[in-house]
Amino acid sequence: MNTPTPTPAAPLLQVRAMNHSYGDVVALAGIDLEIADNEFFALLGPSGCGKTTLLRSIAGFETPTSGEILLDGADLTAMPAHKRPVNMMFQSYALFPHMTVEANVAYGLESEGVGKAEVKRRVAETLDTVGLASFAKRRPAKLSGGQRQRVALARAIIKRPRLLLLDEPLSALDRKVRAEMQLELKRLQHEVGMTFVVVTHDQEEAMSMADRVAVLNRGSLEQLDTPEGLYSRPATRFVADFIGTANLLDGTVTTDGFAAPGWPLLAVVSALPVGAAGTAVLRPEDVAIVAEGAGLVDGVVVDAFFLGGSSTLSIEVPGLGRPVTATVHAASTARRGDRVGLRIDQSRVVVVPDDRGPVASAVSEKAAVPSSAQAAS
Amino acid sequence: MPKLGLLRLPLWLTYVFLYLPILVVVILSFNDSESLFVWKGFSLRWYPELFADSAVMAGLRNTVIVATTATVLATVLGTLMAVGIHRYTKGGLVRAFAIAPALLPDLLLGIGILSVFSLLGLTLGLHSVIMAHTVFAMAFVTAIVLARLAHLDPSLEEASRDLGATASRTFFRVTLPQLAPGIVAGALLAFTLSLDEFVIAFFTSAPTTPTLPITIYSMVRFGVTPEINALATVLLLVSVVTVIGAQRLTRTTDTTRTTDTTEAP
Amino acid sequence: MTTTTPVPGTPRRRGRRGLAALPFLGPGGLYLAALFVVPLVLITSYAFFQRGRFGGIVWELTLDNFVRLIDPLYLGVVANSLKVGLVVTLLALLIGYPTALAITRLSPKWRTIALVAVLLPFWTNFLVRTYAWILLFNNAGWINQALQGLGIIDEPIPMLYTEPAVVVGLLYMYLPLMILPLYSSLASRDPQLGEAATNLGASPFRVFRTVTLPLSLPGVLTGCVFVFVPAMSNFIIPELIGGGKTVLIGNLIRDQFLKARDWPFGSTLALVLTISLVVLLVAQAAVSRRLNEGKRIRKAVTGA
Repeated sequence: MNTPTPTPAAPLLQVRAMNHSYGDVVALAGIDLEIADNEFFALLGPSGCGKTTLLRSIAGFETPTSGEILLDGADLTAMPAHKRPVNMMFQSYALFPHMTVEANVAYGLESEGVGKAEVKRRVAETLDTVGLASFAKRRPAKLSGGQRQRVALARAIIKRPRLLLLDEPLSALDRKVRAEMQLELKRLQHEVGMTFVVVTHDQEEAMSMADRVAVLNRGSLEQLDTPEGLYSRPATRFVADFIGTANLLDGTVTTDGFAAPGWPLLAVVSALPVGAAGTAVLRPEDVAIVAEGAGLVDGVVVDAFFLGGSSTLSIEVPGLGRPVTATVHAASTARRGDRVGLRIDQSRVVVVPDDRGPVASAVSEKAAVPSSAQAAS
Repeated sequence: MPKLGLLRLPLWLTYVFLYLPILVVVILSFNDSESLFVWKGFSLRWYPELFADSAVMAGLRNTVIVATTATVLATVLGTLMAVGIHRYTKGGLVRAFAIAPALLPDLLLGIGILSVFSLLGLTLGLHSVIMAHTVFAMAFVTAIVLARLAHLDPSLEEASRDLGATASRTFFRVTLPQLAPGIVAGALLAFTLSLDEFVIAFFTSAPTTPTLPITIYSMVRFGVTPEINALATVLLLVSVVTVIGAQRLTRTTDTTRTTDTTEAP
Repeated sequence: MTTTTPVPGTPRRRGRRGLAALPFLGPGGLYLAALFVVPLVLITSYAFFQRGRFGGIVWELTLDNFVRLIDPLYLGVVANSLKVGLVVTLLALLIGYPTALAITRLSPKWRTIALVAVLLPFWTNFLVRTYAWILLFNNAGWINQALQGLGIIDEPIPMLYTEPAVVVGLLYMYLPLMILPLYSSLASRDPQLGEAATNLGASPFRVFRTVTLPLSLPGVLTGCVFVFVPAMSNFIIPELIGGGKTVLIGNLIRDQFLKARDWPFGSTLALVLTISLVVLLVAQAAVSRRLNEGKRIRKAVTGA
């Protein structure tokens, strides 16, 4: 399920028809993507989706079963791992415990055979950039988590690689440090002008930092788009469900719109053929609470979470298998037990193909009260 | 994972080096000749001769007595030590002290204990060997049980206490069963080490009650018959069976334990 | 009425704790004190006393034993023992390190087999293993027979009763003891460190030299501790394979205790062994401590 958005600039990295299997297990299937120069790119997906395998293939620690990886047009897979102009920041940082911060950062340059004076200069410069100049002589054991990460980062960027790979860079940090590091990474990427490729399972992280995100699921590329595109125009059911919160209404495409059991006909345009099984994606903020009878459907508020600036309400609607989630401004006073009406901004509803297969669709049909307009696809 | 490549050479070299002498001995044990250097054909004659040799049998009996007794003592003392160290100390010094006997050259331990006995005017005999063997054997048991303790879930003991069990009840009903594989492994190791131990026994035994290794020593020094090869092969077999048995035993006790916990409602 | 019995792991008053520890640490501790500490202290102290006319101890403090130790005869033996110990340890390291490294690269199934195979010779009787080398080294022995049979030599090479034979015998005895701690150290290293080094441009050899080797140092030292002093103190192999021509500290000590009955002097020699051991242990502990800090970081970050 590929919806390639045109790459903004000349592609730096091209992955073509890449497959990777371990015996019977398929880790990656037919991956095609392009990453532009100077881009902050994210590989996003749940664990087991293959994003780490993809990252490690680019770094050279895994060899794809078939397909190509081209960097600036040159075949990357032909180069041994230690010769690739690609550097990586490991999830566990992998700092050399027997070396000082300085020695760690200098390691990459020394491996290239750069002269001592030059090494010294560049190490000092890079440590400055990440804000660790005063920690040069310390050993990793004596640093905090955030500091260790910066050493790992410094060690990776000092070689000015064409591509910097970051494996779950924020997962080991606690909340506050994480927020700070997110800004740090963005700032750094602009400052050094490198292409960053971040692998993460946290969609908030990917969405907030990246220019474009590739969403992977079970070895396949679901969608490659900007964060905004992924959110507002999801291409598959998985993406709609994975990114942010969504109300998923399974139903069928009709000549005048979309028919979902429990809802009146939705005036939604979609590219899918008439009669196809689809899922309408309705974001909570596009659901408005109105007086009972004044909206499209009526329901009862079963849960209300007040989050300060906004509230999340769960409304049970008769005929629908799951409650509808709505996000409202804090000013709304709807409480548990209230009978309300729901109005939706139909212009913002997107229909994605229901690609779960006949069994899954049948299950969701059973959950809803049977209604008319169920054309078998 | 990086490949073996050139490392294959030293690997094979090591195994050839380690097994060549053993192979020679085992093969010669089936030699139909008194000679150690000429092969005359296959024969099993040395095995019955071995079992008929009273000196060897006496040595064997002594060794088994020593090994069994020392193992029992070492296992009890060693396990208690390990639990004590794990629970009540931060490790470090006490731990080093408890494991030190395993590191000490056997020569030093041998002459040391001989000196103590001599000073106290005590006679030597199997009892002195047993006491000496217990010293280093318990160090090994302590080391193994400690390693096992490090992997145990401390919350199990706490849960037991929380449910009202006393310290001793917790120890016998919760801690000990979990430690069982480690204790068994330690005991088997102690037994095998004691069976084969020569140096300490050499200094602490009485001439009239030699252990098997000492008997073998006399045989090697004062006249070798191919009987020795048969003895060696038998000992090898016993050791192999014990080691493999120990491995299997610790594995099965582990798996039965885990299936029990998952099946408990 | 509530009886507060101590729960393991929770902080409580020292007195209670000490009492609770008694049944556990007591028996073993006492036993070791009596049969481990006392013997060692005793023989160390003997070094400062004299041998009695008929083999007992004259309880007068003296440093004569140490003076006697400096006699070129005995010093030569000590020096030779140190040399032999060193050679054996180095050879064990040279053969053992690549072997241990090779084992870490095997698949898990083969790894267990490989390790058991290394240990197995250890479970054969020590004396028999030694005597097996006599069979091999003898002028009429199997090695000579093989070489003559293959036409490589005409006359048997005298191997038995030479120092190199003793070295080989000692190496054979203690090689497994070098391989196991080396393997343990190499197997527990963080594979991501090697990957990080590779990613930064280090060739496989450079990765070995700058990352694998330094981090395996604790294992190397442990192996050396297990090999060096035992090799020096072994007296059976020099006797049986060396034919008494190669005299090491172990032989001297044994002779002093059982033949010459000069226990004080024997103890003085034993002191040399003890000191070597302590020096090695201290060195090993120091290196170990420095590098164990690294493992703690990884645990903290990945929880692994």
